[in-house]
Amino acid sequence: MKILVCISHVPDTTSKINFSDGGTKFDTNGVQFVINPNDEFGLTRAMWFKEKQGASVDVVSVGGAETEPTLRKALAIGADSAIRVNTEATDGFAVAKQLAKIVTDGDYDLVIAGRESIDYNGGMVPGMLAAMTNANFVTNCIGLEIDGTNAKAVREIDGGKEAVNTSLPLVIGGQKGLVEESDLRIPNMRGIMMARKKPLTVVEPTEANSETKAVSFEKPAPKGAVKLVDADNIDELVSLLHNEAKVI
Amino acid sequence: MSVLVYTESENGKFKKAALEVVSYAKAVADQMGSTVTAVAINADNADSLGIYGASKVLSITDDTLNTFNAKKYAAVIEQAAKNEASNIIILSSSADSRYLAPLLAVGLEAGYVSNVVEAPSSTSPFTVKRTAFTNKAFANTEIHSDVKIVGLSNNSFGVVESGGTANVESFSPSLPDSGVTVESVDKATDKVSIADAEIVVSGGRGLKGPENWGMVEELADVLGAATACSKPVSDLGWRSHGEHVGQTGKPVASNLYIAIGISGAIQHLAGINASKVKVVINTDPEAPFFKAADYGVVGDAFEVVPALIEKLKAFKAQNV
Repeated sequence: MKILVCISHVPDTTSKINFSDGGTKFDTNGVQFVINPNDEFGLTRAMWFKEKQGASVDVVSVGGAETEPTLRKALAIGADSAIRVNTEATDGFAVAKQLAKIVTDGDYDLVIAGRESIDYNGGMVPGMLAAMTNANFVTNCIGLEIDGTNAKAVREIDGGKEAVNTSLPLVIGGQKGLVEESDLRIPNMRGIMMARKKPLTVVEPTEANSETKAVSFEKPAPKGAVKLVDADNIDELVSLLHNEAKVI
Repeated sequence: MSVLVYTESENGKFKKAALEVVSYAKAVADQMGSTVTAVAINADNADSLGIYGASKVLSITDDTLNTFNAKKYAAVIEQAAKNEASNIIILSSSADSRYLAPLLAVGLEAGYVSNVVEAPSSTSPFTVKRTAFTNKAFANTEIHSDVKIVGLSNNSFGVVESGGTANVESFSPSLPDSGVTVESVDKATDKVSIADAEIVVSGGRGLKGPENWGMVEELADVLGAATACSKPVSDLGWRSHGEHVGQTGKPVASNLYIAIGISGAIQHLAGINASKVKVVINTDPEAPFFKAADYGVVGDAFEVVPALIEKLKAFKAQNV
């Protein structure tokens, strides 16, 4: 089984988000970049398929040279080889189109991406990629087993979960639950050394138009100070929620 | 050329999010000088969407669609959009709508923008405001394609009655084969889901152990709220992953969010920031959550929460 894991290079979850150039650009100054957490759950599940079922695992990212350390980290975790599509990730449609070319050229059976990136939160690349490559698709995936070409997946739904049967070729939108937080792997020194020797191929982009464009960014309005209610005066809290906030 | 809106139902009954997306579609249609056509699958009382601004409802009745299937549902909406020559399609932010939206976008070669929180600021270029960086920021986003798909964030626009009437037409699209079949669904039918909830009551590590969740559930019961938890609580296995809210868990956009014994890590606050009113109950007055909250109680949850339950019961008894 050939597995491709799509990796988004995103600001660490603790990052403070700021914008430059008059609010038109994300300010990367002082920001640490990491593997998108939703992708990392998928990558870790892919490692399991590699170790237990002999799958090969490649990783791919769409972006400039600055994304390579993130791909190297994925290699250090255990992926066999990495591909970087050398173009700016402008919108979900364009990224899906670049990835579709990689999936078709590489003849992958299983593609695992995160359900969404934690920076733009579009939540569209895995589904678009599935539609473009004519693969089956399960998103918000919290469980995945593969047996031959058959797949059993669990999808988180609003208020519960759903078990589905499907088959390869398959695209997964993964999230926490696909593996547990405690299963995530921190690259060890041997992994980091080996990652330096593993192939990281840079491919030039295919023709793809963006359909959308983020023209400006703004931060939420600063909050007023919290209104403190005395712990012995919970009546006041109920009254504030009813009369002032009007939420009960 | 009408604005098309997909209205979700469960067991025949429209979800609140369906009424909200119709209300939103009506606002967009007014801006465009157009009308609203709704797509409803196996829903009763399809004509009731007229109240919220739909002038036409394409009603599909098909037993094979009783279970949600992203590919089939996307095909239904795609054919409806083509029939109506609609170039704007409005969806909600439910798990199902987010699942089908990218499939629909490829089928219609449409630009899709999710997590939209306001009516368009301009219709040419078509520009909407969406949340990004997991609620730490907003992005004003233009859609350049001919066909445009807008995913509306739940509880962002509200349900607005405009008091019209809708013509219901039956619609029979052709359905594709789907390589995904549902084997079983595990869903608590008596509980409000976090996505649908107007009020969410959430517990953190300050509650000391899963055995102490009884009061959280009771508070949620009194308020008709969904229960949620912080990341450490789900990592420790005290509560299921489905309840984890935050950057890597579920986003919350409720009207009221009550955090009990949650310190307020930046990732947690990002995930719940879209909620309108936030209340924090915590023993530590230095907890970061107090900076993000509208109302706060510095105190022991094991005293404050039972008191709050009692006061709310009294309040409900008087205000029914």
